[in-house]
Amino acid sequence: MKLTRDLTTAAIAIVLFTVVLGIGYPLAITGLAQVAFGDKASGSQIKQDGKVVGSRLIGVSRTLDTGRTDADGAPITKPDPAYFQPRPSATGYSATATFFSNRGPNSAAAQFFYRDALAAYRALEGPYNPGLTDAGVPVDAVTTSGSGVDPQISPANGAIQARRVAAVRQLPLARVRQLVEENTAGRVLGVIGEPGVNVPDLNLALDAQAPKP
Amino acid sequence: VAQGILQIAIFCALIVGVVPLLGGYMARVFRSERTFLDRVVGPAERLTYRILRIDPAYGQDWKAYAKSLAVFSVVGFVVLYVILRTQTLHPFYTGGFHSAPWDVTFNTASSFVTNTNWQFYGGETTLTYFSQMAGLAVQNFLSAAVGLAVAVALIRALAARRASDERDDLGTIGNFWQDLTRATLYVLVPIAVVAALVLVSQGVVQTLGGTVGGLARGPVASQEAIKELGTNGGGFYNVNSVFPFENPTGLSNLVEMFLILCIPASLTYTYGRIVGNRRQGWAIFGVMGLLFLISVAVVFAAERHGTPAQHLAGVVGANMEGKDVRFGTTSSALWTAVTTVTSCGAVNAAFESLTGIGSLVPMTNLAYGESVFGGVGTGLYTMLMYVLLAVFIGGLMVGRTPEFLGKKVEAREIKLVSLAVLATPLIVLLGAGTALATSYGRPSIYASGPQGFSETLYAYLSQANNNGSAFAGYTGFVQPDAGNLGSHGVTFADVIGGLAMLGGRFLPIVLVLAVAGAVAGKRVAPVGLGTMRTDTGTFASLLVGVIVLIGALTFFPALLLGPIVQGLTDHLF
Repeated sequence: MKLTRDLTTAAIAIVLFTVVLGIGYPLAITGLAQVAFGDKASGSQIKQDGKVVGSRLIGVSRTLDTGRTDADGAPITKPDPAYFQPRPSATGYSATATFFSNRGPNSAAAQFFYRDALAAYRALEGPYNPGLTDAGVPVDAVTTSGSGVDPQISPANGAIQARRVAAVRQLPLARVRQLVEENTAGRVLGVIGEPGVNVPDLNLALDAQAPKP
Repeated sequence: VAQGILQIAIFCALIVGVVPLLGGYMARVFRSERTFLDRVVGPAERLTYRILRIDPAYGQDWKAYAKSLAVFSVVGFVVLYVILRTQTLHPFYTGGFHSAPWDVTFNTASSFVTNTNWQFYGGETTLTYFSQMAGLAVQNFLSAAVGLAVAVALIRALAARRASDERDDLGTIGNFWQDLTRATLYVLVPIAVVAALVLVSQGVVQTLGGTVGGLARGPVASQEAIKELGTNGGGFYNVNSVFPFENPTGLSNLVEMFLILCIPASLTYTYGRIVGNRRQGWAIFGVMGLLFLISVAVVFAAERHGTPAQHLAGVVGANMEGKDVRFGTTSSALWTAVTTVTSCGAVNAAFESLTGIGSLVPMTNLAYGESVFGGVGTGLYTMLMYVLLAVFIGGLMVGRTPEFLGKKVEAREIKLVSLAVLATPLIVLLGAGTALATSYGRPSIYASGPQGFSETLYAYLSQANNNGSAFAGYTGFVQPDAGNLGSHGVTFADVIGGLAMLGGRFLPIVLVLAVAGAVAGKRVAPVGLGTMRTDTGTFASLLVGVIVLIGALTFFPALLLGPIVQGLTDHLF
């Protein structure tokens, strides 16, 4: 075959495949997905008063304003003790601009990060969990998640936070534990993946159960 | 531990189960035999040939085949580059994004045409829906189909049988356009459609509705399916398959890992079927499986412990940095091995945050040069290069002219094979060496100490081997805000990386096709008592030795300076 013949064939092929695979295929899947799994295909949204405020798959920290600002003028917030808190995030829980923490195994800066994270977790949970030591802090609570928006925390982390949430909301601990239980996803078929407590779902359930004080 | 091992065992059982089914199906597809999809796909296939104005029965010799492939890839590259550089004109949701600078776009276009999918770009912050669908996803299909075509052409050439009285034929190895079309329509599209819908059922997003309420969305599932199936790996989101909208549950994670491995693993069976000896296929599958299991075991064990930084801070537990709870260390470790033995490169955990010994696994897998399962098609043809090399070495040991599948392996083939096997390591070491020895590589490095070295080495290992996973601290793109306003590329990293990907892809392809051309017309000698068998455990052991010797030892000094140092010390940098 002559080169020009190859060029023509290649050009036609790219145009054809772009139309079929690049437009036809994704549009067809979008149509089917929206019909069959509309809620999930649209992002498992959480709506309030008709407005999208989040997703059941996206972990977001519930915070309170401290009234102070940092050097850049951005407001400094603190975790709201009335809610379950997700894992640390490198991205400020952004679901529009994601990146990894890129904290290496032998990074000196990482050591300081973990030390601060341990101190912050114990400061928040310690008063409700007497005897909580560094070694007792679940590892998922002081390491940044991969996605930056990990919706889940480990069951151990959930058990520790449950004491705080119950005390702050003046709910019976047993009731909060039950809510945690109800919002824990087990392994698929009992085997695949790891169990985790879904924080967005759990916080919604909490608010439905008892309004925040 | 038992729980983790059970999960890994289930995954392996699924793969072993699918190999004869999918492998047998692909053998039928590429021998143009009847398949159960003929009634649906057949008309589309014939229409494609009419539109392309090609005669699928017209056989090409290796030069014509390579030329068609090269022209097709060049045109694909140009079109992709143009699409990525004209984002302000795109239909569908654009997020108001401008186009990335030329150097980053060069890198990204190289990345997708070569099935690498290295991410210097950030999907959700720089690319429009049209770029993702019509630009990246199209190459996700086509670059995978090209890989399959090359593998099939090589298998066909090895299997070609002629009676001894026949005249030497022209050594045709198939028709590139037919292989491309059949790979796409019969293998990739049907599986991708089903997989995309399964993923949506788990919560993977699929919408054209744009960003809403702080949630970046898009046509994710359609892209996720082919990204895994085609061992591409470029994420719709910057953090790839750890983001919940790409990979929301333990089940979606299992499905995605399965998609990554199913075609490369099944191709071993396809090979056995076409050459007429299934044991040949299983022997190769066994070699790949063994090296895969070793890598799974090492990273699984390594990630169950925290890092030195975590220990020194007083954190107790496994290394959950850069991992999500629903995957934990088991699924993350398994994925890490799956995505680096294949040339996928999609990640469900941050590689930069792996433990030192944990990160040794992806690096070693890349050092094998895509031969252990490898990319769609690329894995098998690279492995067959190693097989020919092992046959040659084995032949020297027993003092006979080496034969493979009855065909004499002679000087010309061994020269081509050696070049094909050594081209990629050469590109890696030249690229990484230049980046480290000059000041040009420095702006890309994020971490200090040996980790900075690891980032650089990994960047070139990953790009030249067309994998695409990264120690993500390594950067080629400075993007102050979403949408590319005020962004600029790190020209050295973008251009050298892009060239490494193109070289690491097309040099071996041309050499492999040349080998195919050389063996296609060879006469077949009858099997005798002295013939060295290539479907036995003995040969498989020799093959493992050759791969480890060439792949791993080429890089051993470099690996010492990065992951091994970090794995051996508690010192922080």
